[in-house]
Amino acid sequence: MSMDYFQYLRKERMPHIWCPGCGHGTIMKSILRALDKLKWAKDDVVVVSGIGCSSRTPGYLDFNTLHTTHGRALSFAQGVKVANPNLKVIVISGDGDAMAIGGNHFIHACRRNMDITLIVFNNNIYGMTGGQASPTTFTGSKGTTAPYGAIEQPFDVCNMAQASGATYVARALDIDAVAMDRVILSALQNKGFSVVDAWSQCTTYFGRQNKWGDASEMMDRYKEMTYNVRLAEKMSPEEKAGKYPVGMLFQTSRPEWCEEYGKLIERVSK
Amino acid sequence: MSAEATEKKAPVIKFLAGNEACMEGALAAGCRFFAGYPISPSSEIAEKMSGRLPKLGGKFIQMEDEIASMGAIIGASLAGAKSMTATSGPGFSLMQENIGYAMMAEVPCVVVNVMRGGPSTGNPTGPSQSDVMQCRWGTHGDHPAIVLSPNSIREAFDTTVQCFNFAEQFRTCVVLAMDEIVAHMREKIVIPAKEDIKIVNRKKPNLKPGDPYKPYEADASLIPPMMNFGEGFRYHVTGLDHDATGFPSGAPDNQEILHRRLVDKVEMHKDELFLFENHRTEDAEVLVVAYGSTSRSAKRAVEEARAQGIKAGLFRPITLFPIPEKQIALAASHAKKVVVPEMNLGQYRLEVERILGPAVPVVGVHRVNGEPIAPSLILSAIVGG
Repeated sequence: MSMDYFQYLRKERMPHIWCPGCGHGTIMKSILRALDKLKWAKDDVVVVSGIGCSSRTPGYLDFNTLHTTHGRALSFAQGVKVANPNLKVIVISGDGDAMAIGGNHFIHACRRNMDITLIVFNNNIYGMTGGQASPTTFTGSKGTTAPYGAIEQPFDVCNMAQASGATYVARALDIDAVAMDRVILSALQNKGFSVVDAWSQCTTYFGRQNKWGDASEMMDRYKEMTYNVRLAEKMSPEEKAGKYPVGMLFQTSRPEWCEEYGKLIERVSK
Repeated sequence: MSAEATEKKAPVIKFLAGNEACMEGALAAGCRFFAGYPISPSSEIAEKMSGRLPKLGGKFIQMEDEIASMGAIIGASLAGAKSMTATSGPGFSLMQENIGYAMMAEVPCVVVNVMRGGPSTGNPTGPSQSDVMQCRWGTHGDHPAIVLSPNSIREAFDTTVQCFNFAEQFRTCVVLAMDEIVAHMREKIVIPAKEDIKIVNRKKPNLKPGDPYKPYEADASLIPPMMNFGEGFRYHVTGLDHDATGFPSGAPDNQEILHRRLVDKVEMHKDELFLFENHRTEDAEVLVVAYGSTSRSAKRAVEEARAQGIKAGLFRPITLFPIPEKQIALAASHAKKVVVPEMNLGQYRLEVERILGPAVPVVGVHRVNGEPIAPSLILSAIVGG
């Protein structure tokens, strides 16, 4: 039986701003399916975002929603969480928002390990401002600010997250909704800072500039650029070279910030 | 240092620096969340907060920079905590975008800016009053501004309480502009008993569960009542132009209504915001307008001028913005000359000139060398032709 998405959506805010072929709506539905499984009270959920196409998502969701400044969603989100640790805090960010202007907040949020889940809607481009190169634009790919192809190496969101201290790290493609559902659910259940690098094709600004075709062709290309991490052991280094693993990539357990601060309060307020 | 100073039923006598008194005022006002980043000469506020807040069940977090500190206090305030940060010039510059967000989204919070020499890294440990106009106009766009500036340790306590009360009452970001001298000098302070401190909390809408809530629908006061996140009234907050529902709206009518209301909600209540001191201004033929630590030199200069038979007086705005224009004009009603000493190159002097017009000559006494302005310099300007 299909679930009733509208119980979590602000119907009056539709239609959304996303272009035909954009993957953001697919990821948004994965988030809603995960939340439907968790049965969290809607009044307890806070969805925070920065600026960009992906960051418009909270406006469509019937929770406490906070659309902040460019790159700063994590700093607002941590303030919410610390002030009221009972709230369930989810952050939605784009690749430019999370990894460029918000890069410093990203690594420090990973380091602090608050019980917050960050979902990066990663489409390798600045969509809202018209297709400029982002920190995850692939080397050689074009953006309106990289008309001859990007000469820089892109950030790997997951490697950054793991190196910085996140306790759950996963990557999923929008074409594989089952895998996307699974990692988002696990990320939300992880007691600590979780990062999901959710790939989403931008047909309008990435696909057209790079002649990658329509949405289905772009999704096929993302599949070719990635491999399932569970098959990694059976693959040769040559087969994996230059490709991104998808699936749950890292999980560990270490003290969560708000719990530690709670203990500190108990210790010093006696 | 005891944790319970803010809970005392009787007044407490202490010997504090301005930064410490500011922290005590914040705790007394109910501040239970502080996010900050180290910067001279404000760091003692963060240091003391990190020790005191957890003892009161409050939260302290050191962020990765001032931008994040400002974001965190806005988030915490939306979740229901009275929140503040403290910084100095360069950090205050970094906070400006999110200060504008707090004003636009009407999230109560307090920013302490301990003024040091600028621009840029400037003079990190020297006093200055050169952020006065940044306090007023630092963030982009038309916006309201409430800025207080104390000149003593007791007043650092009182104005901090006032900043929180104004932030809660007006649903905006309020700035405490302390200069480095007030922040670091020590004086005896009597911290009033808890029951003698007036505390204002944000106004809540009168709603039952399930009632529709429009977070930006204001009554005649122009200040919308506020629910916190997690209280059962899910709503949207954005820095985009929005209508009464909180959702983005680019409609020209909505934008006009929003921007005018944000400014007018402070403008129409400004008489409640004016804190000031008149010292011998009744018959003052030479009026000195001074604030912060400079006003203490100015008062001495006024006394010395009076001893020489010159009818001098001091008007001291404690509320720098909105500007107490009528009060300045009234204090200057007998003035043949007005002297404005400032540790900057004339930022508030331009405002005084605008208020008084060309009929009264306004003389600036300005110093930007990291030294306080001595009474003798102000006296020379009072006496001189």
